Amino acid sequence: MSAQTLAGLGVGARGRITGFSLAPEIKQRLMELGLTKGTECRVLRFAPLGDPVEILVREYHLSLRISEAKGILIQELV
Amino acid sequence: MTPSSPNSRPASLPTRGPDGTAKERIRVMLPPKPDTAHPQTAKLAPQPSARPVDITPTPTSTPLPVAMPEPLAASVPQHPVTEFPIKATRARRIAIAGNPNSGKSTLFNALTGMRQKVGNYPGVTVEKKEGVFHGSHGEQMSLLDLPGCYSLQARSPDEAVSRDVLLGRQADTPPPDVILAVVDATNLERNLYLVSQLLELKIPLILGLSMVDLAEKAGISIDCKALSELLGVPVLPLVAATGVGLVELKQWFSQAQLPVPATTAPFPEALQLEIQQLSALLQTHSAPLAEATLLLSLSPQDLAPFAPELKLAVQAAQSRLEASGLDPISATVEARYEWIGPICALTVRKPGEPALNFSDRLDSVLTHRFWGWLAFLAAMAFMFFSIFTLAKIPMDWISAAQETLGNWLQTQLPEGDFRSLIVDGVLAGVAGVLVFLPQILILTLFLGILEDSGYMARAAFLMDRLMSKVGLHGKSFIPMLSSFACAIPGIMATRTIEQRKDRLVTILVSPLMSCSARLPVYTLLIAVLLPEVASWKKSLIMLSMYVIGIAAAFLMAWLFKKTLLRGETPTLLMEMPPYRKPNLQGLWLRMQERAMVFLKRAGTVILALSVLLWALTKYPQPPNPEATGSEKIAYSVAGRMGKAIEPVIAPLGFDWKIGIGLIGSFAAREVFISTMGIVYSVENEGNNERISALSDTMRQQQRPDGTTVYTPLTATALMVFYVLAMQCLSTLAVVRRETNSWRWPAFQFAYMSLLAYFASLLITQGGRLLGWH
Repeated sequence: MSAQTLAGLGVGARGRITGFSLAPEIKQRLMELGLTKGTECRVLRFAPLGDPVEILVREYHLSLRISEAKGILIQELV
Repeated sequence: MTPSSPNSRPASLPTRGPDGTAKERIRVMLPPKPDTAHPQTAKLAPQPSARPVDITPTPTSTPLPVAMPEPLAASVPQHPVTEFPIKATRARRIAIAGNPNSGKSTLFNALTGMRQKVGNYPGVTVEKKEGVFHGSHGEQMSLLDLPGCYSLQARSPDEAVSRDVLLGRQADTPPPDVILAVVDATNLERNLYLVSQLLELKIPLILGLSMVDLAEKAGISIDCKALSELLGVPVLPLVAATGVGLVELKQWFSQAQLPVPATTAPFPEALQLEIQQLSALLQTHSAPLAEATLLLSLSPQDLAPFAPELKLAVQAAQSRLEASGLDPISATVEARYEWIGPICALTVRKPGEPALNFSDRLDSVLTHRFWGWLAFLAAMAFMFFSIFTLAKIPMDWISAAQETLGNWLQTQLPEGDFRSLIVDGVLAGVAGVLVFLPQILILTLFLGILEDSGYMARAAFLMDRLMSKVGLHGKSFIPMLSSFACAIPGIMATRTIEQRKDRLVTILVSPLMSCSARLPVYTLLIAVLLPEVASWKKSLIMLSMYVIGIAAAFLMAWLFKKTLLRGETPTLLMEMPPYRKPNLQGLWLRMQERAMVFLKRAGTVILALSVLLWALTKYPQPPNPEATGSEKIAYSVAGRMGKAIEPVIAPLGFDWKIGIGLIGSFAAREVFISTMGIVYSVENEGNNERISALSDTMRQQQRPDGTTVYTPLTATALMVFYVLAMQCLSTLAVVRRETNSWRWPAFQFAYMSLLAYFASLLITQGGRLLGWH
């Protein structure tokens, strides 16, 4: 199976962050916001127009665009 | 949820002493004892914190000059590192730092009350909120509310200010004597990230746990004593709204001596050595170690603005780190979270799986694909309804007061130029602007409620996809919305936008949104256009003016993003704070602030311009004393200017008298009405009567060839001109301050004027071709 990304998760699905393929500045800010490797996150909802996506990470809600979510590599947890 | 589960926590947490060596520590912070020195301060006295360790020969042995990104470099002061205990010769300076939405401002308001002032940091439109309060012995202290930031690795102008103040890079604001780190108790882990950076600044720090009441409700309990021991700083639970913890907080602030934090997140050894080595080059800075830590994790793009020598030193260190298997971008972040994780596991107790709370349930409605939009539209509709109807009552009072005062002055002052100056110049000019104060206050109140309740983030979440179509992001929506009241608060609200280009685009297009100053102009011109028509038709025309403005803003934003300010569609990383009840004191203070800023402007810039305009329309006076009002104005400087520009505006269907109105409007749009009143010599009656009297007069105006001046086509073209033209000196001044150059306001003025000109030209000439008039 090819690498899964946060953008590929459905509403309610959980995943563990395994890596990033993003510009260094964005990667750093995401990590600073708590999305470090090994952190678990859950997809809460997508905006009515399909973008952005709201996730739950380290006990708080963060919204980000699908374009960034595609750069967050995830291992889905069942 | 976190990488380290409670089971895997280390028996004792490794920490790093002030000299950078790992050591075992557990220091219990004693509760404050007023009047006595902290018993342990002797041990905690600051040691020479950054002993340069020479591992490899450094390129230069002398400290590098302070190397900052432009334009800071020119004006960076050297603040001496404050020694503790500080002498009682000046008030102790305390800075509040914390994440956005952590309750910083509520705490700031609770401590300072009305004793606060809002200014700006020079060169940027970031609000500087300062206040004073009294410590537990009645001694005065100054409090600075730093802009909210997630990290000292700044990604927005707001965050950059916080970083610069704390690191002693900010020219006008020395680093504080004490940092009050405000930490949201409901979200300890992410909030502690910033704290882990603040601990490295070697400035005494007190940690205030905010929203402990909300945390309790959610079933979260935090062991403050254990947290204090683990972090090595005092930890105080606070509920700013009810004053819980404020007395203890003041006792801490009043301590004669406060210890410098000794505990920091431990870094891998290789990183540690590089930080030590780099900090040796930064000895002139107030916090060399923290500065070096930040520099080492900068990406190549972030490093670009720094001085070449420093850049080389950092890049060399980064390559050595990479060679040893560390990613400089992520190493410090990971180390910090690895340190924070176990601390949270030891101190926070929370329910296993958080139940669906009130916020979640509300969100499932407010971000729903149908109900969400409905709620959004209803909120916007209600806001505009309030601005246009509720505000009308106090606006009528202001107009009535102006009229009464004007009439009284007419009887008190002898007839002549001086009376004219006071009544037609000063009073008419200032009151004409003052009349918008109620609208601005109502908008401020609404925006404040939307912001504080957390709905603004949801609105941005809904709108983001639409905004991103033109290359902007959801956050640009807030400045554009604010610009419906006035572009000035709108432009000031752009400071939350991270990327410079996106901020610029938002600044450039925000004044296209129809602000409240255009409202009276639209009202007048619609009255000219449709004298006795049902009001719903008038409302429809009014609405279409707003729509034209919005469409133009989106079109221009798209165009700018494609050409001048080409760039990727910006990233959006937005915290969605839980819904909270807005704090009344905060809302009230914000309205007061806005009113003061607005009144100050009315009392200075607008007063001066009113007098100037009055003089331009008054002088020189024709030699014939029997001249009528319009003959006088034709003879004046303004009349001559109007005639001078007539050839340019004639293709739009405007004559020289409209030209005078346009010239007057370049100071402020609403001046159009008073100018046209003077031009057509309408008696100065109450505002509303004046508008109806003026619109009747305007409708009767004829050109020399006997045709009507204000044909439907001309009135429409004129209205559209007002939608699109940049006619506001105050906005241009704010844009100048915001962008730090005259280039952008000049460009904005040029593009909006051209846009207005050609749109009006298109309407007039196109309309004529189609046989309209």
